[in-house]
Amino acid sequence: MSEQDTGEVRNVEIKYFDGTARTAAITDREVPYPDGKLIVSRTDPQGIITHANQAFIDMSGYSEEELIGINHYILRHPDMPAIAFKGLWDTIDQGTKWNGYVKNLRKDGAYYWVKATVIPNIRNGKLVGYTSVRRKPSRSKIEESEALYKTLLAEE
Amino acid sequence: MTFNLTVSPDFAPDHISGWYFFNTWLQRQLETGIHLELYDSFEAQRNDIRADKFDLIYANPYDASMLVRELGFQAIARPASKSDETVIAVNAESGFQTVEDLKAGARIATTDDPDVHTMGMIMLESADLDKSNTEIKEHSSYIVVAKNLLNGGADAGFFLKEAYDEMSDLIRSKMRVLVSSQISVVHHSLLVGPRMAEYIPAIQQAMLTMQDNEKGKSVLESMDVSHWEPMDSEQTEFMIDLIDTLID
Ligand SMILES: Cc1cc2nc3c(=O)[nH]c(=O)nc-3n(C[C@H](O)[C@H](O)[C@H](O)COP(=O)(O)O)c2cc1C
Repeated sequence: MSEQDTGEVRNVEIKYFDGTARTAAITDREVPYPDGKLIVSRTDPQGIITHANQAFIDMSGYSEEELIGINHYILRHPDMPAIAFKGLWDTIDQGTKWNGYVKNLRKDGAYYWVKATVIPNIRNGKLVGYTSVRRKPSRSKIEESEALYKTLLAEE
Repeated sequence: MTFNLTVSPDFAPDHISGWYFFNTWLQRQLETGIHLELYDSFEAQRNDIRADKFDLIYANPYDASMLVRELGFQAIARPASKSDETVIAVNAESGFQTVEDLKAGARIATTDDPDVHTMGMIMLESADLDKSNTEIKEHSSYIVVAKNLLNGGADAGFFLKEAYDEMSDLIRSKMRVLVSSQISVVHHSLLVGPRMAEYIPAIQQAMLTMQDNEKGKSVLESMDVSHWEPMDSEQTEFMIDLIDTLID
């Protein structure tokens, strides 16, 4: 659990790139990353979730039925700057692997940090989707990312 | 024509004879000659695989990636409910309680098993450890890794979970698990090369039903496999994509 956690709840409107938005109750409470696990999901080429493993379901707080068919932006935390995800999409659009630290929003409003890798899935030369695998980040990387994202958000 | 079979060197030594039984059984099923060649070292085996020596390979997931994407092999079966998991263990008497207790300069005992080493290094990342700030020593077997933990030659060791669990009670009682991976979708598989492709339906048919007859069942028992499950190309590609995300 992060030392700055206050447990405070705030209502925040989150706007997505596709013009939709939702109001989420955000709780300042970190859920620790489970040791030894990988959080895995796959999407179609548009970023719509086609598969999520049990660790994804457990950590996000959503059921499998709720996750399949929607965009990963359901996990978008308002503390994440848009430019981080622009970097993700620019990288994978070029067919290359992306790595980064992401603060994710759970269904219950709490958050969890991951070190994420996203790769394009190529079959017979064609893009058929993306796979994302997340692992446990170190405390120091989380702190660095918190500071960086705060600065980037302030510039938005 | 005689084909060539090899087996990833990371299985427990007790199951060596099981692979000889399996090979004899398979030759009878297919009515063709197959030569089994075993290796102690992943590196030596990989060189021979690259030199196109083999037609049938029971491969670890890391090598499966090279076999499928570079050499045109096809994964056709996996052992039921056996996945490749990695354990990081320490001496039971050490003060390390979590991975994050390991600090820069930590001495790591490992093997040349590529999957286990990769996953072990990934599980160290949460302690800000990588190859630049640890002392990594590669050993010839998991037993030697365990010995190094027991005699204080290393702070932490990487094990294939199956190999760790099969160590003697005495050795295990002197070690403690810091973290054990729970990935479940990364596992060994049997792959068939291009020269043997026409045999795939026959091999699959024989392997997927071998638990139904006495002879096949006893071969499975000697390999410590309950039965084989089929693998299709999408399952294989998924596993390879996942491994791709883990290697830089
Ligand atoms: C395979 C894959 C996995 C992703 N995983 C996440 C994730 O875990 N959390 C997240 O906020 N966004 C994730 N994204 C990015 C989202 O699709 C989205 O771009 C992001 O949440 C920002 O929302 P926005 O594009 O509407 O601004 C992922 C994208 C892909 C292709």
